[in-house]
Amino acid sequence: MRSALIWGLVAFVIGAPIVVAANSPLLQWREPLYIAAGLAGVVGMATMLLQPLLVVGALPGPSLTTSRRLHRYGGLVLVLAVALHVIGLWVTSPPDVIDVLLLRSPTPFAIWGLLAMWAIFGAGVLALLRPRMPLRIWRWGHTGLVLLAAVGTVVHAVQIVGTMGSVTKVMLSIALVAALFLAIARRKVWMMGLRPRRN
Amino acid sequence: MKTSLINRRTVLTAGSAILLTGAASQPAYAQVAGVSATPTMRGGSNNYRPGAPIVERIGGGGFWMTGTVRQAGDGAPLPGQRIQIWAHTTEGHERDPQSHGATLTDANGTFRLEMPQIVPAFGQAHGHLAYDSGAFRTVFLRPLMTSPKVTTLNADFVLEPA
Repeated sequence: MRSALIWGLVAFVIGAPIVVAANSPLLQWREPLYIAAGLAGVVGMATMLLQPLLVVGALPGPSLTTSRRLHRYGGLVLVLAVALHVIGLWVTSPPDVIDVLLLRSPTPFAIWGLLAMWAIFGAGVLALLRPRMPLRIWRWGHTGLVLLAAVGTVVHAVQIVGTMGSVTKVMLSIALVAALFLAIARRKVWMMGLRPRRN
Repeated sequence: MKTSLINRRTVLTAGSAILLTGAASQPAYAQVAGVSATPTMRGGSNNYRPGAPIVERIGGGGFWMTGTVRQAGDGAPLPGQRIQIWAHTTEGHERDPQSHGATLTDANGTFRLEMPQIVPAFGQAHGHLAYDSGAFRTVFLRPLMTSPKVTTLNADFVLEPA
């Protein structure tokens, strides 16, 4: 019962914004690549809710090992979603995306998106380098970058007039920040290096 | 005991006085210094296609782009100035040729061009306008709509000699 409730809630918080975005009236005036780019952004943001839940095994069902393997795949999905988001927008309107990458965009939300993009890529690169990395640097670095990514993504999404519904957008934003803080609290990331490693 | 001239009360009073008189004297300043030229906005020239034709209306219409063109200094209206307009609308992306058109200012320096409804793109409902005819310095504007539902957008140009 409890696990069905948790899964139902997660499915709703992730599914609702995607369904709303996929049915946005704005889509009828957009080309397929622009639509795909926008949806990739929504899917990426939804992945950011799952990631912290997976890494601490907060979702009922899979073992912690399975859950953490899913977290790695989730990271890959997130990086690919961000890449599709940016490339799709770039092809749709090159000068707008070039302005963002050069930090001269007139739209503040785009700069927050850029921050989130680099933070996500950075967190991914750290994950690849993890075997060669002191545990403390890995944990603090990955957590710090993910925090930046979450803040950047939420501000980015909330300021945008786009395909996401405003209610589902805020709901997903609150949920992903809450999930991230839950994971940080469970792992006691700030204690890293001050105590021997457990689990 | 001697009280300092600078205390909380005097600072607040003087500060408010400066703020109030500063705000009130704004029009007077504009009269003395003249009307200053409109700067180009960030991203204003994005997806610009030089040489958009002068048209009766862009596409099917239903939305109005309005504005004025005046000259820097005395603020006199500039008639016969060509203003180019483009946006992401219900009929096409910013880059599409059919999304672009131009119009001329009338004797009062105002312009008005009917075009399809602008819809939000790249996060904001916005239009693009250009003055790029040579006699004055080129200016690109990127005004924002207050809401995606409004059916008009205004942009004012103050031009200075090239």
